[in-house]
Amino acid sequence: MLKKTLLLCVAGMLLSACQNLTVTPSPDSYAPFQCNLHWLERCTLGVNEAAFERWQSQGSDKWLDGQLKTTHPLPPEIQQRVDALDISQQSLQRILAHASDLKAAIDAAQTDEAREAARKSQREYENGIVQDAMRRNLWRAVYSQDSLRERMTWFWFNHFNVFSGKANLRYLIPDYEENAIRPHALGKFSELVMATLKHPAMLVYLDNAQNAAGKINENYARELMELHTLGVNAGYTQQDVQELARILTGVGVNFSEKPKPAAKLTGYILDGAFEFNPRRHDTGDKVLLGHKFHGAGFNGFNEVEQAVKLLCRQSATAKHISTQMAAYFLGKEPAAPLVNAMAATFQKSDGDIAATLKVLLTSQVLQQNAGSFKDPYRYVVAALRQGYEGRIISNMKPAMNWLNQMGEPLYGKLTPDGYSMLGEAWSSEGQMVKRFEIARAIGSGGAGLFDSDGKSSSSGAGFPGFQSRFFYRAIEPQISANTRDVLNLAGSQQEWNLLWLSSPEMMYD
Amino acid sequence: MTEISDRQALPDLQRRRLLQLMGGLLIASTGLLSYGRLWAASGGNASQTRLLVVFLRGAYDAANVLVPYRSADYYRLRPNIAIPAPDAANPKSAIQLDEQWALHPVLRESLYPLWQKDELAFIPFAGTNDTSRSHFETQDRIEAGLDEHASLTEQGGFLARLNAELGQPASIAFTAQLPVIFTGEVTVPNLALRDAGKAPFDARQSNLLSALYKGQPNEEKVKSGLQMRQEVASMLADEMQAASRGAVSAKGFELEARHMGKLMRDHYKIGFVDVGGWDTHVNEGSSQGLLANLLGNLSRGLVSFKEEMGPAAWQETTVLVISEFGRTFRENGNRGTDHGHGTVYWLMGGKVKGGRILGDQVKIAESTLFQKRDYVVLNEYRSVIGGLLQNLYGLDRQQLGRIFPGASPKNLGAIYGDIS
Repeated sequence: MLKKTLLLCVAGMLLSACQNLTVTPSPDSYAPFQCNLHWLERCTLGVNEAAFERWQSQGSDKWLDGQLKTTHPLPPEIQQRVDALDISQQSLQRILAHASDLKAAIDAAQTDEAREAARKSQREYENGIVQDAMRRNLWRAVYSQDSLRERMTWFWFNHFNVFSGKANLRYLIPDYEENAIRPHALGKFSELVMATLKHPAMLVYLDNAQNAAGKINENYARELMELHTLGVNAGYTQQDVQELARILTGVGVNFSEKPKPAAKLTGYILDGAFEFNPRRHDTGDKVLLGHKFHGAGFNGFNEVEQAVKLLCRQSATAKHISTQMAAYFLGKEPAAPLVNAMAATFQKSDGDIAATLKVLLTSQVLQQNAGSFKDPYRYVVAALRQGYEGRIISNMKPAMNWLNQMGEPLYGKLTPDGYSMLGEAWSSEGQMVKRFEIARAIGSGGAGLFDSDGKSSSSGAGFPGFQSRFFYRAIEPQISANTRDVLNLAGSQQEWNLLWLSSPEMMYD
Repeated sequence: MTEISDRQALPDLQRRRLLQLMGGLLIASTGLLSYGRLWAASGGNASQTRLLVVFLRGAYDAANVLVPYRSADYYRLRPNIAIPAPDAANPKSAIQLDEQWALHPVLRESLYPLWQKDELAFIPFAGTNDTSRSHFETQDRIEAGLDEHASLTEQGGFLARLNAELGQPASIAFTAQLPVIFTGEVTVPNLALRDAGKAPFDARQSNLLSALYKGQPNEEKVKSGLQMRQEVASMLADEMQAASRGAVSAKGFELEARHMGKLMRDHYKIGFVDVGGWDTHVNEGSSQGLLANLLGNLSRGLVSFKEEMGPAAWQETTVLVISEFGRTFRENGNRGTDHGHGTVYWLMGGKVKGGRILGDQVKIAESTLFQKRDYVVLNEYRSVIGGLLQNLYGLDRQQLGRIFPGASPKNLGAIYGDIS
């Protein structure tokens, strides 16, 4: 299927050769580009020249396999900047130790001024840490060759959402994204679930760190089934939530670095700041989804692993995860046949994310369905990939700010359901106008992207290069006559950028 | 099944076309005035009626706001977080409302005066029959206004359907995203009020931006979104000036609520806003603490809203405060509460016969809890809100049936000048 389309489109070199494959716009969708350029836009975080050239020389099949299976290094200039960040230089343990020093300084302050000063350094430190994670994320999203992995990293973070504003999560999030999410973004789903389950960010965010025998907190147990695996209304009951909460007792964190008395107990686990404490674990028998869990006594964490396996094996999970992934790429609720095909592969492959994703990305539905309205992250990243290819954005703070303004800050979703996958969630009246305001900011050139931000040195000045030779060669021939007409009315370079970045072509993928 | 629903769909479609046609004519002739004319026949002054729905997302702990201070079980099951029973000598104790109920003390300066003026009522044991205890599922279902068996896809929200039934009075969601409650066939604008200042584009650029969407699915949204920003900016211009002279010192929700008051006084008739952060699983606090802070912020905002509206508009206003469900009657192991079932709705405004606790009630005790953990639901939200809309707008049963399919309105007698 893919090969055939390839022949049609790429062999002829001229993309306009497949312009007859137009898609009729429906109320919530619009086809931004025709034919395979659109497919490439969907499989990445935005088409740029490098991605386009690679895809043209490799062909869709090989290119997609490369995206699904291989990891490429970042461009060295970007890698250097990532390496220089505090979060790269310091381990999570070190960051937490520094945080507790800062807290001690607040407690020890003798005067109001001293206390305020100590608070200020704490705030600066914690904001610096979480902003480091944002810088790293955006650098990768804009410059990594592995664009599909970056897209899926955002997706899975959102699926296993945690919120930076809660407790000490600012310190935990960089490690969560880097070690719990990204390595598993195209791997095995059950390993991804376990990686999030064992991460202090998740355990603090959904309160399981406080869940102990006789002091049950069912927050994480519920979301683990409702959001992370089975999906709501998948047949589990309030009783199941309570039983899973009991299974999860003792799964917590230890930030103290001090050995606990419980450490001597059989079954005690300390792995970084993750801790399983058998003393806090409910050793009684449980029944989850009709399966009996014998009180595992001194080896209680085994029970947790069994429960996660059970949840990941359910057909409801295969369906739920497939639905979520398809909705993310289509921008709307997917139809049953596609979900069923994905879910079948998910189950057959024991939850292989890359294999499941391949079913989606090579499906007729994805290749032919009209475009989906981009969420703010995809929009900003696509604009930067196109406007600043080959030039290094030293200061990502403006981009972080644009995401804030559009209501989708990184690590900023308070509730565990994450941001919406649906295009219509981002295209209300107020949001459309806000997009145009952001389009103006991105296109105005004075956005500060090349300033030093105190963490990364200035990379010189730069006006965005949207009207590149690549644009006129590959993109311009694909845009609608209407957009072309309006662009011709632009009174200045800035205004041309505003209009191009506000156009339907940029809003949909 | 399909045959029956097809038959039902037909008149519905015709009605929609009629409404669209009427809507078109109305806008073409006299705009807002026509909305009044449309409803003048029903006897009330519906054209001036204003409704603001406030959604507390995250399920606020109703039992610590409307405190069942006579219940020994309340104190026994909440050893750390219960609000002390009314006691004149203790400023941290609950404020007595009647023989059963008392109010969280953080509301003493803000909402309690409204209760004393009979402008505030509570509806305990309110909620849905949905027992998923999922925030997201239950919020969506409430906003959709459908029963617990209906599929939630593509049905739109109940405020959007109300807006259509009323001939499209000016309506707005004061939120950055369009909430489910306002999705539907007629586009309702949304605006996060932190963006309400200057209009971002001049007329020429607005035209160019609109032209980009000519013939595109979002054409109307783009056009009216750009226009709305111009209008709101000019409506708030006076107030912004006042603020710059230091007349308004509010911030956060309080400031937003003030803007909302101004916009609903002068233009919008149906509004929606949501306030998040109520999911208090850990260290919820009691008279002080997490929940008290949230309530303080919310209640100061609601009072600002009222002040900004001024007495005349407030007389025509009803504010309905809802949340997806209540929380467990017992505190959990972390001095917080988990997801529950029945909650307490609030009604405020000049049209509200307040100073009363409304709806069906049951004695609060461990033995009367739903599934041994939560408040029961005796006042199903679709019946209660349906009854409220009937009273406010004089809607007939058929109209209500289109807003809340399959629900029967329940008249709680909450509204003065009931025009039903």
